Amino acid sequence: MDEIVKDFLIESNENLDRLDQELVKLESDPSSAELLASVFRTIHTIKGSCGFLGFGRLEKLTHAGESLLARLRDGEIRLNADVASGLLAMVDSVRRMLGSIQVSGLDGEENYDSLIELLSQLSRPGHEKAEAVAPPSEPQLAGPPSQAAPALALTETGVSEESRAATPSHESHAIDAPETVRVGVTLLDRLMILVGELALARNQLLQFSNRTQDAGLQAVSQRVNLIASELQEEVMKTRMQPIANLWNKFPRTVRDLALNCGKDVRLEMEGQDTELDRTIIEAIKDPLTHLVRNAMDHGIEDAETRQRADKNATGVLRLRAFHEGGQVNIEISDDGAGLNSERIRQRAVARGLLPAQAPVISERDIFNLIFLPGFSTAEKVTKVSGRGVGMDVVKTNVEKIGGTVDIQSTPGRGTTVRVKIPLTLAIIPALIVTCGGERFAIPQVSLLELVRLDDAENRTESRRKGIELVHGAPVYRLRGRLLPLMYLDRELGIRSAADRESNAPATINIVVLQAENHQFGLIVDEITDTEEIVVKPLGKQLQAIGAYSGATIMGDGRVALILDVSGLAQKAKLIWKAHEPAHHDAQIKTQAGSLQQEHGMLLVENGLEGRLAIPLSMVARLEEFPKTVIERTGNLEVMQYRGQIIPLVRLSGIIPCSSDAEALAHTQSIQVVIYAEGKRSVGLIVDRIVDIVEERAPIEPLISGAGIAGSFVIQHQVTELLDIPTIMRAAVPGLMNVVELEATGG
Amino acid sequence: MWSSWKLLEDKSEPMASQQFCTFTLQDDCFGVRVPQVQEVIRYQPITPVPLAPVAVRGMINLRGQIVLAIDLRRRLLLGNRADGELPMNVIVRTRNGAVSLLVDEIGEVIEVEESSFEAPPETLRGPVRSMIFGVYKLERKLLHVLDIEKVCQVSEDAEIDSALRPDWQAANSAEALADLPMEI
Repeated sequence: MDEIVKDFLIESNENLDRLDQELVKLESDPSSAELLASVFRTIHTIKGSCGFLGFGRLEKLTHAGESLLARLRDGEIRLNADVASGLLAMVDSVRRMLGSIQVSGLDGEENYDSLIELLSQLSRPGHEKAEAVAPPSEPQLAGPPSQAAPALALTETGVSEESRAATPSHESHAIDAPETVRVGVTLLDRLMILVGELALARNQLLQFSNRTQDAGLQAVSQRVNLIASELQEEVMKTRMQPIANLWNKFPRTVRDLALNCGKDVRLEMEGQDTELDRTIIEAIKDPLTHLVRNAMDHGIEDAETRQRADKNATGVLRLRAFHEGGQVNIEISDDGAGLNSERIRQRAVARGLLPAQAPVISERDIFNLIFLPGFSTAEKVTKVSGRGVGMDVVKTNVEKIGGTVDIQSTPGRGTTVRVKIPLTLAIIPALIVTCGGERFAIPQVSLLELVRLDDAENRTESRRKGIELVHGAPVYRLRGRLLPLMYLDRELGIRSAADRESNAPATINIVVLQAENHQFGLIVDEITDTEEIVVKPLGKQLQAIGAYSGATIMGDGRVALILDVSGLAQKAKLIWKAHEPAHHDAQIKTQAGSLQQEHGMLLVENGLEGRLAIPLSMVARLEEFPKTVIERTGNLEVMQYRGQIIPLVRLSGIIPCSSDAEALAHTQSIQVVIYAEGKRSVGLIVDRIVDIVEERAPIEPLISGAGIAGSFVIQHQVTELLDIPTIMRAAVPGLMNVVELEATGG
Repeated sequence: MWSSWKLLEDKSEPMASQQFCTFTLQDDCFGVRVPQVQEVIRYQPITPVPLAPVAVRGMINLRGQIVLAIDLRRRLLLGNRADGELPMNVIVRTRNGAVSLLVDEIGEVIEVEESSFEAPPETLRGPVRSMIFGVYKLERKLLHVLDIEKVCQVSEDAEIDSALRPDWQAANSAEALADLPMEI
């Protein structure tokens, strides 16, 4: 039998059961508009479905019932025992017809004309006075006598029982043993919670039994372990839905869009049976729809363009879902024009999302730029898409449920967007770490790798293998790239700085994490284990902290916090805020631009900060003076230089750095870098001038702050690139004053 | 292991006389209306929540349910408990679910006459005032009646936080360690 007919039968039988109860209730409370509306809806649904499925006789009967109900609803007639009996008789007849459909696929040969006639009589106002209809007991059914049994004269209590007794025996077999049961979502959620607790109790039991020698206990606990795992799996399955539930609407979407855009597109779907937790299905609905629309609008070209490009006029949009590594992958691929990396780059530059002369970045990184807010490559804004909102929302939504989005494209051949999402959100694999004596869980989806630095590496003189500082911010060189680091204890305020100093561990454990396309290392005390944890929500009071995504209960019964990886990264300002990149990158742009022209860099040292670089194009002269030349005017340090008074700037006053004041006190001379802007000059005091290098190195914009444009590796050392114009402007409020100084001083 | 005694929800509470679950904090007597109390349990290991408001001591595992533990001493700006003194948990029902209030000692359930109630004196000022409905004049002491909803709104009291933060941070590490029977 047709799947759709089966569904119809199951649903209708459920509805009929409810209808019996509701009609009886309605009779005792005829004024309840709510009950009446519900009854009406049920009958209406059945009528609609059977019209659609071609069960004309059933439709006719339910139509008569519906008309009667409509009258009731509109208050034209009142519900009395006769009307109720009539309706209940209709319910029974409908049930019989459904039984017949179940068996034969047809809605039976019985004649319900008299019942229909009765229903229409009942729906005439004032029938209650016209006694003629009153004992509506002779329906004159033409069918077999057994099926004629639901006499309408029966009392409402009698109706259901007797009519059931009278129903053909095949019906009770077929319908009373349904293969599916509808269960409320809340019950499923409750079951899930209980299974989670069982899993915890199981863990405790296992720990306990491992400590004893009792073979009996060990055997039992093993058995409990197996049963609990299996139960957990099965309960998880009850929450699973095939992705087809979501995809089913796409053929229509694609058809409409194709018409709309004047394109010819064939939709292919693969892996519709792939199952996902229902909460996840709900969460990815909008992102997937958006990706499909996007592929239709921007990806696939119109037939003419395709033919010119030697492609089949019909474009193909392929949806593919499959399991891989405990995650679900969903691919949305089209065989359209592909992404134009040059155009994306230009667009990104035009929008200030990327420096004009940016260091070489990979094609994949360029493609991923389209996930930035405010980015759109569509040449024109269409009704469907192209407004530049969307791809970033797709990404945010997918990441919200612990998923990732990646995009691959070949020009002329097409684009594939791959969305990876976890199977479920309720029980997740997590890495357990300790910090300050407490355990924390880190969701495995954010985890990239673990790095362990032992004592020798950590203390090496060259510091090349250990942790280095960029402007005070710790970094680690992971395969040649700078990985920003954060200390979990520092972020969470678990330990005081002094405590940390005195108890510096011999080994350093770095958990390399990925959050919103940025990688960073989290330094923890110890890495314990990976475990399946049950995620429990945090109370309202703690959600505002932003560092935790939930809590869980460990095998020993203690609570452990689940770290919110992107929240932590944001707390540590490791991730650019959405509104920052434009401004921030503009700085790199100017700096990087001059860098490309000159390549020349002046390397200086300042205090304990390590090396700093100044583009040579910014440097007018290098000078050394005795300390005594420094004079003061107002709160500005100045000196006389070539017949001018020029302001002096100390780096430590601008960028937060720990200048080595003690060492400075001993030196008798100062090193000054003269910076000239037009006719105005400013002197920058540095501790030591190191070198001038001609080196082109990729700038890592990952760590920046006031006065720092970025950092890179020169002569095997992490070096920060100073943002000179910004520093000068900050140090000398209003360079216009300088002009005046020059005028008077000169 | 948890219940020294357990209270059932009392639905019909006559207003003329009310039952209060009482406990002490630094020699003062406090009370919460019996229907608001879910249960009273002895000390539980607490997992601290870094960065949480000061009054939040952490979270406890109440039979698989994770419950926030608020230290009433901190919440009401009383001094810290002496080292080694373990607090008791009064689990109360709030609009945001169950919350554990950490108290020094559990007292009796007492019945009070409505006529002995008085609003807090004018001289009681500051954030604590909003958390105390008033007092019942008992024979030998005063019973402070807590507004548990206010008490449990920890996130909104930056005022108290800043008042407590400096000396707490020093005390915290030592105290947190004292709290936790270390399991290694």
